[in-house]
Amino acid sequence: MRVTLKVWRQKSKDDTGRFETYTPQNISSSMSFLEMLDVVNEELITQGKDPIAFDHDCREGICGACSLVINGTAHGPQRGTTVCQLHMRSFRDGEEIYIEPWRAKGFPVIRDLVTDRSAFDRIMQAGGFVSVNAGGAQDANCLPVPKQCADKAMDAAACIGCGACVAACKNASAMLFVSAKVSQLSLLPQGQPERARRVLNMLRQMENESFGGCTNTLECEAVCPKEISVEHIARLNREFASAALVSEEG
Amino acid sequence: MKLDAKIPSGPLAEKWDRRKFEMKLVAPANKRKYRIIVVGTGLAGASAAATLAELGYFVDAFCFQDSSRRAHSIAAQGGINAAKNYQGDGDSIYRLFYDTVKGGDFRSREANVYRLAQVSAQIIDQAVAQGVPFAREYGGLLANRSFGGAQVSRTFYARGQTGQQLLLGAYSSLSRQIGLGMVNMHERTEMLDVVVVNGRAKGIITRNLKTGVIRRHLADAVVLATGGYGNVFYLSTNAIGCNVTATFRAYRRGAGFANPCFTQIHPTCIPVSGDYQSKLTLMSESLRNDGRVWVPKKKGDKRIPVEIPENERDYYLERKYPSFGNLAPRDIASRSAKQVCDEGRGIGESGLGVYLDFSDAIARLGEDKIRERYGNLFHMYQKITDENPYNVPMRIYPAVHYTMGGLWVDYDLQSTIPGLFVIGEANFSDHGANRLGASALMQGLADGYFVLPYTLANYLASTPREQVSVDSAEFAELEKSVRDRMYRLLSIKGKRSPASFHRELGSIMWEHCGMARNKDGLMKALRKIPELREEFYKNLLVKGGNEEFNQQLERAGRVEDYFEFAELMCMDALEREESCGGHFREEFQTDDGEARRNDERFKHVAVWEYKGDEKPVRHQEALEFETVQLATRSYK
Ligand SMILES: Cc1cc2nc3c(=O)[nH]c(=O)nc-3n(C[C@H](O)[C@H](O)[C@H](O)COP(=O)(O)OP(=O)(O)OC[C@H]3O[C@@H](n4cnc5c(N)ncnc54)[C@H](O)[C@@H]3O)c2cc1C
Ligand code: FES
Repeated sequence: MRVTLKVWRQKSKDDTGRFETYTPQNISSSMSFLEMLDVVNEELITQGKDPIAFDHDCREGICGACSLVINGTAHGPQRGTTVCQLHMRSFRDGEEIYIEPWRAKGFPVIRDLVTDRSAFDRIMQAGGFVSVNAGGAQDANCLPVPKQCADKAMDAAACIGCGACVAACKNASAMLFVSAKVSQLSLLPQGQPERARRVLNMLRQMENESFGGCTNTLECEAVCPKEISVEHIARLNREFASAALVSEEG
Repeated sequence: MKLDAKIPSGPLAEKWDRRKFEMKLVAPANKRKYRIIVVGTGLAGASAAATLAELGYFVDAFCFQDSSRRAHSIAAQGGINAAKNYQGDGDSIYRLFYDTVKGGDFRSREANVYRLAQVSAQIIDQAVAQGVPFAREYGGLLANRSFGGAQVSRTFYARGQTGQQLLLGAYSSLSRQIGLGMVNMHERTEMLDVVVVNGRAKGIITRNLKTGVIRRHLADAVVLATGGYGNVFYLSTNAIGCNVTATFRAYRRGAGFANPCFTQIHPTCIPVSGDYQSKLTLMSESLRNDGRVWVPKKKGDKRIPVEIPENERDYYLERKYPSFGNLAPRDIASRSAKQVCDEGRGIGESGLGVYLDFSDAIARLGEDKIRERYGNLFHMYQKITDENPYNVPMRIYPAVHYTMGGLWVDYDLQSTIPGLFVIGEANFSDHGANRLGASALMQGLADGYFVLPYTLANYLASTPREQVSVDSAEFAELEKSVRDRMYRLLSIKGKRSPASFHRELGSIMWEHCGMARNKDGLMKALRKIPELREEFYKNLLVKGGNEEFNQQLERAGRVEDYFEFAELMCMDALEREESCGGHFREEFQTDDGEARRNDERFKHVAVWEYKGDEKPVRHQEALEFETVQLATRSYK
């Protein structure tokens, strides 16, 4: 098949960046989107040009590394799919495809389509954990957990930390990301002791990282490759409200 | 090279307790005086770094991804074993130990495996305490499933994302320690060499992948948790970035490399579809709980599966291995798939595929139950192949998946370089010639949470502290050699991309050192690899420079290391004149095509010592089986 690519090229953080056009040969509809980019890069290399930089690793939708905005949509046209799992059969022959990096203040561009998402790690460091040292745990079956709680916690825990939610949000809010962790741990007995601290600390860090607030446009849920529900944001808000009431330590 | 496994004396079940008691401790107040480097943040590295920091050591941790949470462990799907016997179906520490030793075709060290089985239960406790949402029954207790090579149900799982959930658990503990200032996390940083001073590992040299800055790091001990080298085959189920660089560079500095030819080919992966393909996708072994594997009885039968009546199908695993059936271990299931395809009975366009059929399970349990168990895997399959596995059987074929070989370590997980410890898939220790499903996660976390923290303390407490500085000649020299290497790769200025060389190397390896090996093929590979490497040094093209974000340069460095390493693998496969586990030498098989081991000659670990330009030297660590009776492995 034939496609025309408009790819965002930016040498470094301080470069202004621009779209460049490529019309790769030898594209087949059963290629994955990233394999298509591999082919483009091979062509660029043989022409002595700089290949396109993009983040990827597992190529099976779980590591959260890949992060492209395709035709204006984070992770492209297919719902519930990371860009590494997207296939060229989702595009029309002759289609023009725009490829851009995540655009958000909290995720500065490193090069081309690669951004710096370390802010997510710092939010986790602020509170996305249960404080338990190795060796101190009791038998795993001592605390039964109702199946529906475990299942709901797992729904939230499925977050791959890719940042599509931020990229899609007009406020560049990281609420869906933060809520997934807060929700997971608040649904489980193991998460209870630090419940209040966790939500306050993670939200504070989110603000420090220059992510915006949530105004319920639900774009995040629409692009989330793991289809994490905004229900978790509702739970986060409840957690925040009660934490603000009960907690003095912050 | 001296290979002292340091296995404690006494009965098997008491060895680990005894060792722990004999080991020296570091007093709490002294711990903060030590700096430990942990390279890798997969299950092994993240759990080790977090635990060492919890104990009070200062840790520098490294990964090449942009976040420690993205290590390849995240991709593990099916589950993690533990001898909890929650199902009351006859499991025990001894049974897990026995299954693992037998599954590994009697090429692993009894004492290590027994310890692994002992600490397995604690891993589940730790993960649950971290908030890992394992699957549960309606009563609120933990659920289990079965995996290959076992007749008990001991595998814990979190949907089809067990690795993700366990890794995020370890990552959360690591994050907590980073927040507390106990771990200094270096993301997008690749280790390119180990620094050995006066015979001890004292640090590493890294390249910052964002800026290209090459830097020296000093420590009292270095831990490698850098995963496996399956990507030497180019196509594998591993993440694209997985590489052999860290362990191979350590090997070049004097660490023995054990059993490099022991690779695992996983039976259930989505078949190759085109030459642009960049990786192969695993369909978890857990699918074999409910899926039945078959091919047509007739050669070249091109009918669609529903048109092939029951009596014209060959459910070959059930036929050949009635007591384990579809849950035969991986090496056996893979080889059987290859055999039926070699006979011309493979399915799909290429003839390199077999069916994994869920129609019976769906009829028995209903589509909803199957969706609950495997929904995400079915979804993934459909996305890749554009076929709906609820309606038509999956097409699967074996693919490279895991490497049992790795740096040699003693019982304390220390390599032949004092102060250099190796954990997780990067070491060779527990899986012999074939790993059982759901045991890699177990081993990585056992090493990181429950073994290394003790053994490392013993090393620190019993080693006099020397004053070494990053300004020493050793550090300076190595930093220079790493920089020179980068500049050399950049200066070739040929015509071919690193990936194109990698692909070609991979196909040599798959053809001659893959699922079945023989002398002629291995000799051929040993001729072809150096030829291709020569071309690499003449015709490689890496654009850009060192002092920038340069993914081509990263790749070129990894491919360069694969070249030399691939040769070592072939040499090892050539010298091991027996078939065992995943290592199948066609010259050594029984009449019905099963592996024929040779315990008299090869009941040992092969450990390779680097000799510069000369051929590496093969040493042996004899394996003593005090508890288990050596037997021909049978799953019939
Ligand atoms: C698709 C798939 C499914 C699997 N499913 C299962 C399963 O269900 N159950 C099971 O038990 N096992 C499973 N396995 C195997 C298991 O996932 C791995 O063996 C295990 O996760 C390896 O963990 P690790 O910590 O040793 O290494 P990895 O998770 O591979 O981590 C390696 C780390 O080292 C870092 N690194 C590597 N090289 C360098 C370098 N030079 N410099 C700096 N950092 C470096 C990486 O950044 C990474 O952080 C599966 C494997 C695959 C491929
Ligand atoms: S590359 Fe891992 S999620 Fe896409």
